[in-house]
Amino acid sequence: MRKLQNTLYITTQGSYLHKERETLVVEQDRKKVAQLPVHSIGHIFCFGNVLVSPFLMGFCGENNVNLAFFTETGRYLGRLQGRQSGNVLLRRAQYRISEQNPIPIARNIIAAKIQSAKRVLQRRLRNHGEHEEVQAAVMALNFSLQQLKRAENLDLIRGIEGDAAARYFGVFQHLLAEKNGFGFDGRNRRPPRDGVNALLSFLYSILGKDISGALQGVGLDPQVGFLHADRPGRDSLAQDLLEEFRAWWVDRMVLSLINRGQIKPQDFVTEVGGAVNMKPEARRLLFQSLQAKKQEKIVHPFLQEEVEIGLLPYIQAMLLARHLRGDLAEYPPFLMR
Amino acid sequence: MMILITYDVSLENEGGERRLRHIAKHCLDYGIRVQYSVFECEVTPAQWVELKDKLLNTYDKETDSLRFYQLGSKWKHRVEHYGAKRAIDMFRDILII
Repeated sequence: MRKLQNTLYITTQGSYLHKERETLVVEQDRKKVAQLPVHSIGHIFCFGNVLVSPFLMGFCGENNVNLAFFTETGRYLGRLQGRQSGNVLLRRAQYRISEQNPIPIARNIIAAKIQSAKRVLQRRLRNHGEHEEVQAAVMALNFSLQQLKRAENLDLIRGIEGDAAARYFGVFQHLLAEKNGFGFDGRNRRPPRDGVNALLSFLYSILGKDISGALQGVGLDPQVGFLHADRPGRDSLAQDLLEEFRAWWVDRMVLSLINRGQIKPQDFVTEVGGAVNMKPEARRLLFQSLQAKKQEKIVHPFLQEEVEIGLLPYIQAMLLARHLRGDLAEYPPFLMR
Repeated sequence: MMILITYDVSLENEGGERRLRHIAKHCLDYGIRVQYSVFECEVTPAQWVELKDKLLNTYDKETDSLRFYQLGSKWKHRVEHYGAKRAIDMFRDILII
């Protein structure tokens, strides 16, 4: 099994990254602040004004290090893609199935998404007692799952998904402990207009880039999806796989950060125009929690093997590739019981 | 697996400084410097073959010494640190710079 490589987040403005032999060196004010062998690094995420030497860029490409750039506030800007790896036959199979028969995969992914959203809600009911609205949402999600079984076209699947998401986020505010002062009035983005939305968007975006990198790692094309339509510049397949992880990984993480009081309303600033951004300290905390989460171990429900959470994108990408090659009759989406 | 590498390079004879520098650089390519002549390298078996080969091609067996301690994959239980300059764990520490 592949080793979980570390992710390097560069958030100090004016940092300079360059290559020295087989290592990656970070300099600030012309002083070496870190030197790491490249084999330990899987992703480098640069936020804001970070300089990366062209040699290092080439080196990242060569070593399949995912080098991505974000603005200081975390908006995705771009990513360096290394050599297209893997097998052209696999990509052809991906394109063929994406065009001719995307429904089984799309349906499996959305089923897993709705199931895991439902489990997030049920957890609330289990831990904090009955709640009428949450209960109703659970019922609605059950109904969505029933509908999904009979859904025979993509638009219908997308409709069921949208409906389920609306029901789920419609009660999401009841999962937030009231005393911590966060409000949530439905999902909004581009820009997010409250702290909870800012947290969700930020983490979805980071995880999406992880998934893109993982897909390329197994030789799939992250842009050609099954559920999400092709659109220039969008990693549709990465967005597809992200669906499986949204509730179980990101939403639960956001809920626990807020409910444990680790992130507070004061950690956000509202810009002119209503966009809500995180302060740098909060972003730091978020990276730390994400990295800690990635190192937690679980038993993968399909493989029945103990794995680190951070490897899940690679594992799902690998399972998808196996399905596309015809080695697995169905694509098993990620779903924890 | 984790390998602890320590060395003594003699500066008496010619090329000593060059060997010292090269050995340190090879170790840095694969691991983290924990003390002046002590490196922790977490490598795959294949990488270990490469690294060992490089080191053995650099040192001078008449004057220098190299010691390798294999700490395996459960090395965390076998290492304690006290005092300044705690070394980073390159695969697991949170790297926010």
